[in-house]
Amino acid sequence: MIEWFIEELLAKYNYWVSIILILIGFYAMIAKDNLIKKVIGLSIFQTAIFLFYISLADIGPIPKGTAPIVSEEMIHMGYVYVNPLPHVLILTAIVVAVATTAVALALVIRLYEEYGTIEESEIIELERQRGL
Amino acid sequence: MIVPIDLALLTLIVIIALAAITVRDLLSAIMLLCAYSFLMAMVWVEMHSVDVGFTEAAVGAGATTAFLIAALSRTVRWEKK
Repeated sequence: MIEWFIEELLAKYNYWVSIILILIGFYAMIAKDNLIKKVIGLSIFQTAIFLFYISLADIGPIPKGTAPIVSEEMIHMGYVYVNPLPHVLILTAIVVAVATTAVALALVIRLYEEYGTIEESEIIELERQRGL
Repeated sequence: MIVPIDLALLTLIVIIALAAITVRDLLSAIMLLCAYSFLMAMVWVEMHSVDVGFTEAAVGAGATTAFLIAALSRTVRWEKK
């Protein structure tokens, strides 16, 4: 039972850490009242998904993995290339993540100019007062 | 991957992520997010995806932190509760 636990669950700890980070980021996006805290939670969520993809590409301790650069010497020494396809996907996704963060922060600054606060509950309260 | 380095970095990453969403001072939260991105870049170099690693170190730890600090300078620093 203990051996099964170690082999099946702890051997894939990268994915467990990824899920834990996704839950931390999602909690911050939903439960935090401050809008900049929500942006920080969004950033953590995105990075956790990147961790999941890079873990998919990775090769464990046996056989030894190496960066996908052609080298006869490394092949003779018994190294195996990691899969470069998820790396390319995530390289694009990092740039998109920065653009998303920049747009979110621009919206936060605009909301602060309009309402004078960056707390979500206060903004909703002010909006309700203006509506009535 | 190199298992001991991987475990140590991932443990530190989870602790820093929890601290970043818990702390009340937003400037501290932003600097903790910068440390989080830098440790994530170290994880990716250690997982042999060096291109993603240096992009994250430049763009994630550098540009995102600069954007967040610029946004914070136009709004308020402390989180109300």
